[in-house]
Amino acid sequence: MIPASEFKWILPEIILTGWALVLLLIGGFSKGALSSRISGILCLVGSFSALFCTLNLWGVNIDIFNKLYTIDDYGTFLKVVFLIVLTLVTIISFRYTEREGIASGEYYSLLMFGVLGMMVMVSSHHFITIFIGLEVMSLSIYILCGLLRNNVKSVEASLKYFLLGAFATAFLLYGIALIYGSTGILDLVELKRYLLTKQPFAVTMFLAGIGLLIVGFGFKIASVPFHMWTPDVYQGAPTSITAYMATGVKAAAFGALVRVFYTALLPFICGWSTILWVIAVLTMCIGNITALVQRDVKRLLAYSSIAHAGYILVAFITGDREFTSSILFYLLVYTFMNIGAFTVVIMLGRNGEENTDIDSYAGLGVRRPFIALCMSIFLLSLAGIPPLAGFAGKFYVISAAVKSQYYWLAVIAVLNSVVAAYYYLRIITNMYFKEPIRELGVIDDAPQYGFVMLVCVWALFHMGIFPRMFILLAQQATRIFL
Amino acid sequence: MADYIWLIPVFPAIGFLINGLLGIKFPKTLTAWVACLSVFCSFVVSAIIFKQFLDLPAEARVFEMTAFDWIVSGDFSTQIAFRIDALSIIMCLIVSGVGSLIHVYSVGYMHGEAGFRRFFTYLNLFVFMMLILVTADNLLLMFVGWEGVGLCSYLLIGYYYEKDSAANAGKKAFIVNRIGDLGFLLGVFLLVTTLASNGVWTLKYSELQANAHLLTPALAMAITLLFFLGATGKSAQIPLYVWLPDAMEGPTPVSSLIHAATMVTAGVYMIARLNFFYTMAPTTLLVITIIGLLTAFFAATIGCAQYDIKRVLAYSTVSQLGYMFVGVGAGAYAAGIFHLMTHAFFKGLLFLGAGSVMHAMSGELDMRKMGGLRKKIPITYWTCFIACLAIAGVPGLSGFFSKDEILWMTYSRNGANIWFWLFGAATAGLTAFYMFRMFFNTFHGTCRASEEVKHHIHESPKVMTIPLMVLAVLSLVGGYVGVPHLLGGSNYIEKWLEPVFGHAPAPAAQSMHAFDLSVIGNAFASSGASGTVHETSAELYLMIAAIVIGLSGIFIAWLFYVKNPELPKKFVKKFDGLFNLVHNKYFVDEIYGFIFVNNLFRLGNLCKNFFDEKIIDGIINGTASLVAGMGGLLRRLQNGLVQGYAFAMILGAIFVLYFMIRMIP
Amino acid sequence: MLPDIPQNLYYLLGAVLFTIGAVGVITRRNAIIVFMCIELMLNAVNLTFIASGNFLNSLDGVIFVFFIMAVAAAEAAVGLAIFVLIFRLKGTINVDDIHLLKG
Repeated sequence: MIPASEFKWILPEIILTGWALVLLLIGGFSKGALSSRISGILCLVGSFSALFCTLNLWGVNIDIFNKLYTIDDYGTFLKVVFLIVLTLVTIISFRYTEREGIASGEYYSLLMFGVLGMMVMVSSHHFITIFIGLEVMSLSIYILCGLLRNNVKSVEASLKYFLLGAFATAFLLYGIALIYGSTGILDLVELKRYLLTKQPFAVTMFLAGIGLLIVGFGFKIASVPFHMWTPDVYQGAPTSITAYMATGVKAAAFGALVRVFYTALLPFICGWSTILWVIAVLTMCIGNITALVQRDVKRLLAYSSIAHAGYILVAFITGDREFTSSILFYLLVYTFMNIGAFTVVIMLGRNGEENTDIDSYAGLGVRRPFIALCMSIFLLSLAGIPPLAGFAGKFYVISAAVKSQYYWLAVIAVLNSVVAAYYYLRIITNMYFKEPIRELGVIDDAPQYGFVMLVCVWALFHMGIFPRMFILLAQQATRIFL
Repeated sequence: MADYIWLIPVFPAIGFLINGLLGIKFPKTLTAWVACLSVFCSFVVSAIIFKQFLDLPAEARVFEMTAFDWIVSGDFSTQIAFRIDALSIIMCLIVSGVGSLIHVYSVGYMHGEAGFRRFFTYLNLFVFMMLILVTADNLLLMFVGWEGVGLCSYLLIGYYYEKDSAANAGKKAFIVNRIGDLGFLLGVFLLVTTLASNGVWTLKYSELQANAHLLTPALAMAITLLFFLGATGKSAQIPLYVWLPDAMEGPTPVSSLIHAATMVTAGVYMIARLNFFYTMAPTTLLVITIIGLLTAFFAATIGCAQYDIKRVLAYSTVSQLGYMFVGVGAGAYAAGIFHLMTHAFFKGLLFLGAGSVMHAMSGELDMRKMGGLRKKIPITYWTCFIACLAIAGVPGLSGFFSKDEILWMTYSRNGANIWFWLFGAATAGLTAFYMFRMFFNTFHGTCRASEEVKHHIHESPKVMTIPLMVLAVLSLVGGYVGVPHLLGGSNYIEKWLEPVFGHAPAPAAQSMHAFDLSVIGNAFASSGASGTVHETSAELYLMIAAIVIGLSGIFIAWLFYVKNPELPKKFVKKFDGLFNLVHNKYFVDEIYGFIFVNNLFRLGNLCKNFFDEKIIDGIINGTASLVAGMGGLLRRLQNGLVQGYAFAMILGAIFVLYFMIRMIP
Repeated sequence: MLPDIPQNLYYLLGAVLFTIGAVGVITRRNAIIVFMCIELMLNAVNLTFIASGNFLNSLDGVIFVFFIMAVAAAEAAVGLAIFVLIFRLKGTINVDDIHLLKG
C-alpha cells in the first residue's frame, strides 16, 4: 500500500503530467494561432510552477513508492536543468513554431511529456522506472522530430531516430535482462549491496549485461560508434527540438548513466572504464574532426555535441565519485551555451528556409552586431575560452582526469579542444570578417529570442567567473554516491 | 556608508556600460551627461565618505567591505573587496574629482571629434580601472586596476588610431608598461610564495601588514625592488620613462587625466600602500631616492630644450613624478602623497591649459609659432600663470608647500645629505626655468603664428574654461592642508595619513651633524643648542635657499625670453652640442632602440624565418591537412543510410562485449 | 510452469533470437520489417526476463515484461505513424532510399 502522503514528493511530475494533458486537450479541440499561443504560455506557467516545486525539494533525500522512485539532490539538480531547458525552449518556440506552422497544443504537450520522462529517468534507482522514463522521453521526441510533416528532412530524421532509438532500447533492455538474469535484482541499491558481498552467479552474463548497458546509454548520449544518428537527426529536426535534444536528452541520459554506474557497478570499474576510455577518445576525436569539414551549422553543432559527450565521458570514466559533480556542472553549462547557439540558428532561418549553411553567417557582425556578439560568446564558451563557463566546465572535467592520473586522456581532451576551437572560430570569422554572400532579408528577431540569448550570456559569464557556488551545489547533489 | 564603498568604482563602470553598449544612437549631449555624471557620482560618494571620516577618530577611519569570493583555490582565497582609508580616500577624491573636471572639459574639447562616444567610453573605463586600483583591498585586485589602466592608456593614447605616430605611441606605452608589470607580478609571486612557506596565504593589505615580519630583510628588499620596477613602468621613471613623452599623441584631456591626475601616480600610490614593506628595506628606499632624483633632474633638463608645449609638460610630469619618488624614497610617504595631490591640480591645469591653447591656435603645439596670446585668451592665460607659479614653487601656492616638504625630507631623512638636497633644489630651479620659458614664449612677446591661425584665435567655451578656473583655485589653495610646522601650520595632511603610514620617526639627532650648516652660510647658523632648534633653523635656511633658486629660475626665463629674446639663440649657438644632446632627449630612445628593440627584432626575425615558418608551420600545416583529410574520410562514412548506422552500432556492441567478457579472470 | 528444459537453453534461445533480430535490422530494406526485427529483439529480451524470473523465483522479471510489451505497443503506434508520413512524402518506406541527410 502506498501512503497518499508520498505523492507530495512527486508534485513537479504531477504538475507536468496534468499540464501536458490539458495542453493535449486544448490542441485536440481548438486549432489556430490563438490557442497555440495560449498553450505556449500555459506551458511556460507549468514549467515555472514545476521548477518552483522542484527547487523546494532541494535537500530532500527519500525513497518512495516501495523504492521504485527516489527523491534526492542528484535527481533534483538534474530536474532543475531539464526544467530550465523546457522553459528556454518554450520561450524560443513561440515564434519558431508559428513561423514553421507547427504551433499547436500538442507541441508543448510533447515538450512537457519529454521532460517528464527525463525527470522520471533520473530519479529512480530501479531499472523499471529508469526504462519507463527513458521511453516516455524517447517517444515524445520521436514525434517532435517529425513535426514538420511536410518537410522530408524532418520526417527522415524522425524515422532514423525512431528506428535506431528502438534498436538501442533493445540493447539496453537486453543488458538489463542479463544483469537481472545473473543476479535476480533490478534495484541498483540492492545490486550494490549484493555485489559488495558476492559475485553474480553468472559472471559472463553479468559482464555482457554491463556491456549492453554501455551500448544502450552510449546511443542516447551520442558516443562513438553509437553516434551516427546524431548529425542527421539534429539537422533534420525542427531547430527548437534540436536544442531540446542536445541539452535535455543528453543531460537525462548522462544522469541515468552516472546513477546506474556509480551506484551499483563501481566494483566492475576496471572493465567498463577501459572500454569507455576508448569510446571517450573516439568520441572526442571523431566528433571534432568531422565537425571540421561541416558547412551546415546545425550539423556542425551536432558533431560538437558528440565531442562534448566525449569530454563528459572523460570525467565519467575516472570512476572517482568525487568528480561526478564536474559532470553535473558541465551539463548545466552545456545547456546554456547550446540553447543560446541554437537560438541564433533559429533567428537566422525563415519559413521553409533554414539558412543554416555557414555562408549565411557571413557579415552578421556588421548587419546585426548584437546577435553576432551573442553567437560569438556561445561559440567561444563551447570552445572553452575563459572567462566563459565552457572553460570552467572543461577545466573541472579535465582536472578530474588529471587528479585520477588519466594523463593521456587529459592530453587528448586538451588537444581536442584545440581542434574544436578551429571550427567554432571559423563561424566567428565568418560573421565578422566576411562580406555577406547573399542578401538574407529580414532576420526574425522577437524579444523572446533576445531574452533567451541574454539569459544564456549572463549564465555563461556568471558560471564562468564565479563557478564556485554551482560546483558546491553539484557536489552536494552528488553526495549520494559517496 | 561602509557598505556602499563599492559604489565608488562602480559608477564609472555603469557609465562605461551605458555608453559602450547602448550608446550607439545617443546624441552627443546624452553621452556627455552620462559620462560626466557617472564620474561625478563617484566623487560625491567619495566626498560623503570623506565627510564621515572627518567625524571619526583617526584609528576608525577604515571602511572595508567584501563583495564576494573571487578566486578560491586550496588554501588561497582572494575576494573582490574594497578598502577605503585615509590614503585611498585622498586618491579617490583626486581621481574622481579631477577626473570629473577633465570629463567636463573634454565635452568641449572633443566636441567636433568623430569618435565622441568611443572617447567617453574609454575615459569612463579608465576612471573605473583607476578607482579599482586605489580602492582594492588586496594586491590581486589592485593588479586588475593596474593592468586595466595600462589597457585604457593604450586605447586612449592610440585614440587617433589612423595616425601612425599615435598608434605607435599607444603600443609603446603598453609594451613599456608591460615590462614594469612583469616586475609587479614577480613581486606578487615572490610575496605569495614567501608568505605561503610560512603558512600564510593572503594578499590582503591588512593581513600583509600584520605578517610583514615574516619576511627576511633580503626578501623584503627583493620584493620591494620588484614592485618598484612595476612602479617605474607605470609612473615613468628611469629606465622606463620613455613612453610618457610619446604618449602626448593622445588627445590633450587624456594627457591631463592619465599623466597628471591618475595613472602615473599609481606607482607612488602602490609604494605608499605597501609602505610597511618598504620601511623594512632601507636599500630599496635609497634606490628609489636616487632613481627619483636622477629622473627628476634629467627630465627637467630635457624639458628645457623642447619646443612642443605638450612635450615640455610631459617631461615636467616625469620630473615631478621623480620628486614624488624622492619623497617616498625618503620614507616620507605623506610628503609624496601630498605632492601627488598638488601635482594633480597644477599639472592637470597645465595640460588643460595647453589644450585650450591648442584649441585657440588651431592645433598648433610649437611654442616658436606662438606668443602674445595673453590678451586674446585671458582666462587661459591667468589660470596657466597660476599653475606655473605653483609648479615653480613660488611661496604661498600649493606646489611650494609640497615641494618644500619633499626637499626637506630628502635632506633630513637621508642623514642630512646635502647632495640629495642640492640635486632636488637644482631640479626645482630648472623646473621654474622651463615652465616660464614655455609660459613667456606662449603668452608674451609678439605673435609668431601665421595670419590665418592668428585670425582664428579665440577663447575656449565655458565648458572648458570653468574646469580651468576650478583647478586654478585648487592650485592656489591646495597646499594649505600641508603647511609645515615651521611656518606655523599643523601639516594636517601628514597627521591625516598617520593611521596609514604610522608616526613619522624624527630624524636621528646625530645625523644632523653630518652636514655642517656652514655650507649654506655661517650667517644663518644660529647656535642651535638643542636638536629641535637646530633642525628648525636648518629647515628654514633650506626653504629660503629653495625659494631663491626657484625665483632665479623664473628670473632667468624672463631674462631670456621677455627681456632679451635674442639671448637664447646666442646661447644655443654657443653650446649647440649640449643643446642638441638635450633637445634629442640624450638619445635615450635611440639607445634603447639600438640595444633592445633592434636585437629583439633580429631575434624575432630569426625565429620567424627559420623556426616558425620552416618547422612550426610545417608541422602545423601538415597536421591540419591530415586532420582535414580524416574529416573528409569520416564524413563519407556518414552516408545517410540507417542500416549503416545500425551496423556501426552492432560493431560497437561486439567490441564492447568482447572486451567486457575478456576481463573475466 | 515451464517445461523442464535446462536454464541455459532459454538464455541461448534468447541470444539467438536477439542476434537474428539485430541481423534482420541491418539486412532487411522495408522499414516495417526492420521494425518487426526490433520487436523480435524485444521479444528475445522478454524471453530472457521470463526465464530468469522463473528460475530465480522472482516476479520482477515478469512485471518488467509487461512494461516492455506496453512500451513496444506505444512504439509501434508512433513508428507506424512515422512510416505513413514518410510514405506520403516519398512514396516508399524502403530505408535504402531515405538518405537525404548525410555527410
